[in-house]
Amino acid sequence: MSADAHAGDPAHGHDASPGHSTLRGYLIGFGLSVVLTAVPFWLVMTGVLDSKLATAFVVMALAVVQIVVHMIFFLHMDAKSEGGWSLMALLFTLILVVIALTGSLWVMYHLNANMMPAMHDTSQMP
Amino acid sequence: MTMTLTNPHPALDAEVTEAPVFYLVDEHAHAEGHSTMLGFWIYLMSDCLIFAMLFAAYGVLGGNYAAGPAPKDLFELPVVALNTSMLLLSSITYGFAILAMQEGRVGRTQVWLAITALFGLSFVGIELHEFAGMIAEGATPQRSAFLSSFFTLVGTHGLHVSAGLLWIVTLMVQVGRYGLTQANRRRLMCLSMFWHFLDVIWIGVFTFVYLLGVLR
Repeated sequence: MSADAHAGDPAHGHDASPGHSTLRGYLIGFGLSVVLTAVPFWLVMTGVLDSKLATAFVVMALAVVQIVVHMIFFLHMDAKSEGGWSLMALLFTLILVVIALTGSLWVMYHLNANMMPAMHDTSQMP
Repeated sequence: MTMTLTNPHPALDAEVTEAPVFYLVDEHAHAEGHSTMLGFWIYLMSDCLIFAMLFAAYGVLGGNYAAGPAPKDLFELPVVALNTSMLLLSSITYGFAILAMQEGRVGRTQVWLAITALFGLSFVGIELHEFAGMIAEGATPQRSAFLSSFFTLVGTHGLHVSAGLLWIVTLMVQVGRYGLTQANRRRLMCLSMFWHFLDVIWIGVFTFVYLLGVLR
């Protein structure tokens, strides 16, 4: 694969060349993913942990770890690909995703909290 | 005179002293498709934002059942686990297709692509079966805000997987007709990113929608 059209162009040598893919990398990624998928399903389906909150946190933490595993072993994300621009785009997107998710949940939670009391106590209404 | 530092044509200095050059006048040659991977990655990032908005909508509306069915009444985790394993297996088989492509083996690449497509097809099939079961019980998208946002989020992911299936079949034909040419290798790498990206989105779906939904 190294003898592709980019061989003579070292400045752009990292794109279409999939030289990073190895059987070992895919198998490690797959093994980790199986574990990181099976554990949260097992936790929720059997209810091993007494606390639902603790289960939720563990499940979410495992999901984050699995996303990182997929990024590294399946999407071959590293600081070097495309001269760092892939990672830059990913980090920028992550910032936007965090703002969108936390912002939406936060604002709408407060909106609900402000609307609810009237439902319970209508005697105070004119 | 600082502008001579950026001027690639010192010979023209006399004429352009008043007009500094801020870009390369003569663009150097780029190999065909040299920027495809980065461009496709940026497309995937924009797709990621679409899913982020759908997740946000589900996060906000996911608790509004309108006295209708809740996640606990609807979701069957064994089915979701089966679906998840289908997608995960399709990810590793697509990896095997890429490895076969790197070795330049046309037939083996096509076989692994076909196996990937079968796993993807069973994923879509199981998902449609799940949707059909829910709709038969009256849990339609119109029933509550929770179900509207659920069907939008999971359905959008399912549509992406279906588009990926179409793409896999297209590339199987392309590879069969023209072999593992440079262009086809590039296309296979783009589809690889697309397919693995959909698996990443599914991690979010089975965690936030199914597992946390059943917990709630």
